[in-house]
Amino acid sequence: MSEFQPVLTEHLGQPGSTTIEYYLEHQGYSAAKRAVVGMTAEQVIQEVKDSGLRGRGGAGFPTGVKWGFIPKGGDQPRYLINNADESEPGTFKDRLLINHNPHQVIEGMIIACWAIDCHLAFIYIRGEFVKEARLLETAIEECRGRNVLGKKIFGSKFDLEIIVHRGAGAYICGEETGLLESLEGKRGWPRIKPPFPAIAGYLQCPTVVNNVETLANLPHILNRGSNWFRSIGANPDSPGPKLYCVSGHVKKPGVYEAPSGVELGTIIYDFAGGIREDNKLKAVIPGGSSAPVLKANEIDGLKMDFPGVQAAGSMLGSAGIIVMDETADMVQVCYNLARFYAHESCGQCTPCREGTTWLVQILKRLTSGQGRPEDIELILDITDNIGGRIDFSYGSFGKTICPFGEAVSWPVRALVDKFRAEFEAYLPRREPA
Amino acid sequence: MSFAFTPERQERFQALLERYPDKRSVTLPALHLAQEQEGYLSGETIVALARLLSIVPADLMDTVSFYTMFHTKPKGKYLLQVCQTLSCSLAGADQLVGHLNEKYEIKAGETTTDGRFTLVKVECLGSCGTAPVLQINDDYYERLSLPKVDRILGKLR
Repeated sequence: MSEFQPVLTEHLGQPGSTTIEYYLEHQGYSAAKRAVVGMTAEQVIQEVKDSGLRGRGGAGFPTGVKWGFIPKGGDQPRYLINNADESEPGTFKDRLLINHNPHQVIEGMIIACWAIDCHLAFIYIRGEFVKEARLLETAIEECRGRNVLGKKIFGSKFDLEIIVHRGAGAYICGEETGLLESLEGKRGWPRIKPPFPAIAGYLQCPTVVNNVETLANLPHILNRGSNWFRSIGANPDSPGPKLYCVSGHVKKPGVYEAPSGVELGTIIYDFAGGIREDNKLKAVIPGGSSAPVLKANEIDGLKMDFPGVQAAGSMLGSAGIIVMDETADMVQVCYNLARFYAHESCGQCTPCREGTTWLVQILKRLTSGQGRPEDIELILDITDNIGGRIDFSYGSFGKTICPFGEAVSWPVRALVDKFRAEFEAYLPRREPA
Repeated sequence: MSFAFTPERQERFQALLERYPDKRSVTLPALHLAQEQEGYLSGETIVALARLLSIVPADLMDTVSFYTMFHTKPKGKYLLQVCQTLSCSLAGADQLVGHLNEKYEIKAGETTTDGRFTLVKVECLGSCGTAPVLQINDDYYERLSLPKVDRILGKLR
């Protein structure tokens, strides 16, 4: 793995890397042009299926398979939506990709649009990313001036427009059907599935929602071939270059590109420089705040790909790695995350809306020394009632319309299970009767 | 006080209507545009925008009330949005909020008496690698320390 060369972040920090001139000088848009001018949609889909690319937004669904769900023929328009609503705590890779190389992302979108026969695509970007939205708009304007976007792109018969659409501060709009509702101008309440977006998405038309990093991989897959992509990483079921976001108690937080399946220890100690002040590692959240926490002794040899992290009882998710040293108070961590989820619960499903609020209230009284002996069991009971029992062997059985229910229940339950003594230590001491 | 877009923004709004395949989908961009012009979204603004979007005001309010970035009350000239989620909290976001509470005598949700700063605590800003993070209006300020935040805010008039 030592000879791995960064692909997605190759041009990071190079002067002018956001401009189309720079991008064109570095093979930019050659893959999109080859697809649109010289490949059928089926060939593109097959190439992406063969590559084994799995969605980088968190769920890890095979990208080519997702595209394949779009019905053939019919007179309904099809839509591609680039999900740039990056909001999962611990995750900050898509922002980096947009900031340093917006054209790579746009090229990926062109390839995806060609594959699903889409003529109008959207970039749904979280509202706070004002600068990034402007960068993308500038890049799109540059493309229009070069016949890369607009009418008859690359001299073909294919028309394509991209609209940058800003969100307005709601985590749930990263969930693809919440996103669709939001794009339609409504509150971002996730939809009941099925039907899935591939059948009835934006304006009830066939729609594909792909993450920024997923799309950024596409030019490289077409340029270097599916075999190249599949050969990168520890497990051919979860291959390719991958961006890992490291934050928390490390010496060098940041985004690091490495082959899928790189060991978590390598990321923390080699890339991110190890634990700050050479403190002792206590716990790691490996895949964004929704991923169950791992204790220090659980990370030995842990391979950071979808199967690897799942085998350890957590998930790769968005590869947002939050590192905590011995000073971290796991009850406060739990309180912080519960508060995040209570704030971001969309309010549609009762178990989530009410349950997250109760979690916050209970954790608040616990951390302020007012806890009751039954509180710890009560927390676990609430997580069961929102997200169902955690058991990766039979998948998820949440009690809510969207996976938000699991996203709050899993991390809270894992924190209590693994650090129960810390929760108990917060209980007021009982005077002997 | 009725609401109308300035001529330049009216043009942008028209362009949006032409680009989107559906009128209601212009809701979020139109709200951003109106808030950028007015500073916040008053009842009058919402009624007028609803008419422009051909929906009833209650439906538009339903949307507005869902999103944290839409403000239905006036706010200070600079909106200080301190991220308080886990990575920022591990990096000292709570001390940052405490410092701003003391120095400007405002709690989260309040505005300084001179109307300069409104302080709010927000959830994850997606910049965890450069924690702690503060967003002031549209701009991110990252890797903050207390002296650094004092320098930044000291320059804002």
